[in-house]
Amino acid sequence: MKKVFAIVLAMAMVFALSATAFADGAFKIGSSGPLTGGAAIYGNAVMNAARIAIDEVNAEGGMQFEFQAQDDEADSGDKAINAYNTLLDWGMQVMIGTVTSGSGITVSAQAAEDRMFMLTPSGSSVDMIDGKDNVFQVCFTDPNQGVGSADYMAENFAGAKVAVIYRNDDAYSQGIRDTFVKEAEAKGVEVVYEGTFTNDTATDFSVQLTDAQAAGADMLFLPIYYQPASVILSQANQMGYAPTVFGVDGMDGILTLENFDTSLAEGVMLLTPFSADADDARTQAFVAEYQNRYGEVPNQFAADGYDAVYIVKAALEAAGCTPDMSFEDICEALVAVMPTITVDGITGQGMTWAASGEVSKAPMAVVIRDGAYVTP
Amino acid sequence: MKFLAYLVSGISLGSIYAIIALGYTMVYGIAKMMNFAHGDVIMVGGYISFIAANYWGLPTVVSIVIAMLVCTMLGIVIEGLAYRPLRSAPSLAVLITAIGVSYFLQNSALLIWGANPKAYTPVVSGTLRLFQGQLSISYVSMVTVAACIIIMIALTLFTSRTRMGKAMRACSEDKGAAQLMGINVNFTISLTFAIGSALAAVAGVLLCSFSPTLMPTTGSMPGIKAFTAAVFGGIGSIPGAFLGGILLGVIESLARGYISTQLSNSIVFAVLIIILLVRPAGLLGKNVQEKV
Repeated sequence: MKKVFAIVLAMAMVFALSATAFADGAFKIGSSGPLTGGAAIYGNAVMNAARIAIDEVNAEGGMQFEFQAQDDEADSGDKAINAYNTLLDWGMQVMIGTVTSGSGITVSAQAAEDRMFMLTPSGSSVDMIDGKDNVFQVCFTDPNQGVGSADYMAENFAGAKVAVIYRNDDAYSQGIRDTFVKEAEAKGVEVVYEGTFTNDTATDFSVQLTDAQAAGADMLFLPIYYQPASVILSQANQMGYAPTVFGVDGMDGILTLENFDTSLAEGVMLLTPFSADADDARTQAFVAEYQNRYGEVPNQFAADGYDAVYIVKAALEAAGCTPDMSFEDICEALVAVMPTITVDGITGQGMTWAASGEVSKAPMAVVIRDGAYVTP
Repeated sequence: MKFLAYLVSGISLGSIYAIIALGYTMVYGIAKMMNFAHGDVIMVGGYISFIAANYWGLPTVVSIVIAMLVCTMLGIVIEGLAYRPLRSAPSLAVLITAIGVSYFLQNSALLIWGANPKAYTPVVSGTLRLFQGQLSISYVSMVTVAACIIIMIALTLFTSRTRMGKAMRACSEDKGAAQLMGINVNFTISLTFAIGSALAAVAGVLLCSFSPTLMPTTGSMPGIKAFTAAVFGGIGSIPGAFLGGILLGVIESLARGYISTQLSNSIVFAVLIIILLVRPAGLLGKNVQEKV
């Protein structure tokens, strides 16, 4: 009996070994983002696009990736940590995440302690990378977006009177607003009105819009997500107030909002590193594949997710990592090479990184015409 | 001119609160319970009219009627399944059940309709412009105010003039005695829920027209505000709910305009606390002494 038991045990061990050996052939890439909830459109876009990139990489036959996505509902507390821990239990070696800044600030603190390499596709807050050498960004940081927007206005809309409506219980919105106002002052862009709202008061903007109109603002800067932005556009339209609306990456997604009257968004401008109608072959192939799989035009978040996979691949190759390394070792190796690599992606050519985690690439302004992004 | 604009937006926002508050106050007045699921019935009303208008392509009026019918049935079912068995239970048990129903509705909506927000097409579009366009009043606001006044008058007449209204008032005063007088108490309470929920559907349509976005949590915050309005005006009183709703909307709007956009909610609730300290029964509430 003992003998039989010993044989069974030995066989089990052999199988177990071969199973791990097989899994060792691929890097385990984990990602967390909002797959449900109000910000689900971002999370799903990133995951969908990351899967496309991972399938492409695996099909090349060289480096192999396994991928798992967890839902954090864009929560900045338990849910984000739970999603991260679930991925750790699964054996994640590199994290492509988180999708939103709120969760990211929580998770990156934990990841910095655990020494897990993190590359966030779209978490744009500075707090996500601040003081953490192991966290890098694919998208611009919030200050960059604020500075970029103010610079763009100074160049293209000289003499504009700008009203800002932002959500002051949200790190993302507050962060962009702060740098925007500072840069606007430096560049001589006149900010005539600033209005705020919170998550609880995101249904009625008539007072803010009345004030903005009364202050004579002919340009409305909205560093907010597309859902409250859609309400603002609709209520401004009802008031007969038609300023030039300028958004940031959170505005991306407004055209896919169900039943949204896209004529309300006519002329809305936003800074985005990605435009689905760009004519380079790589973007077109990605857009075609995304449409083929998921039946919609990918937004900027999808593009960030797609690029994130290739950035991780480039970094792993540059650092000479192998799938049998522990995530701590991979982290140290990647942190060392990130500032040295240059990656061409669909969200920017020649992306480089500072050791702080910040990306450097050129932003591009697009304008919505007839329900599609075009370059102005 | 800014003052007028704030006032207009306050009154239209307040009218929505008032319609929701009427639903709260009806149910409280007759069944003596806080139906915290009321805000979520509003959300269901919004979704049903959205689906009827956009997926089935029905005319707006028909979609509103369908939303009212569905919400009426939903109200009766909620009352029958969740509240009726607890008729003699302590009020705390009913309160907790109501909160449970609220979460149940929100999460069901999340499962059925998904989390992505939907853009609601306002039932009426267009704007009236006055003083060379300096003051604009959207037709939605006017419809809301009109609907609110009509509903308030209709409800007052209904409860004071009709037999069913009389039965409701009797149940409100003393359920036991009403039953002895031959009033069907269960039917009367069901009817109250039916009316309250039909009002919730109307409120849902108007709320989503005012703030054209629809999510499973759409009804929560307006629900709480309207509850505040009902208490503010004197819970159980129909004119009180109307007055409370309008005042709350105007205070909120003026506070946002003149004091701070961030503090508007705090100011609204601070006013509520002060009113309740001075008049514990609310503005128009009757101060009934409990006999021991």
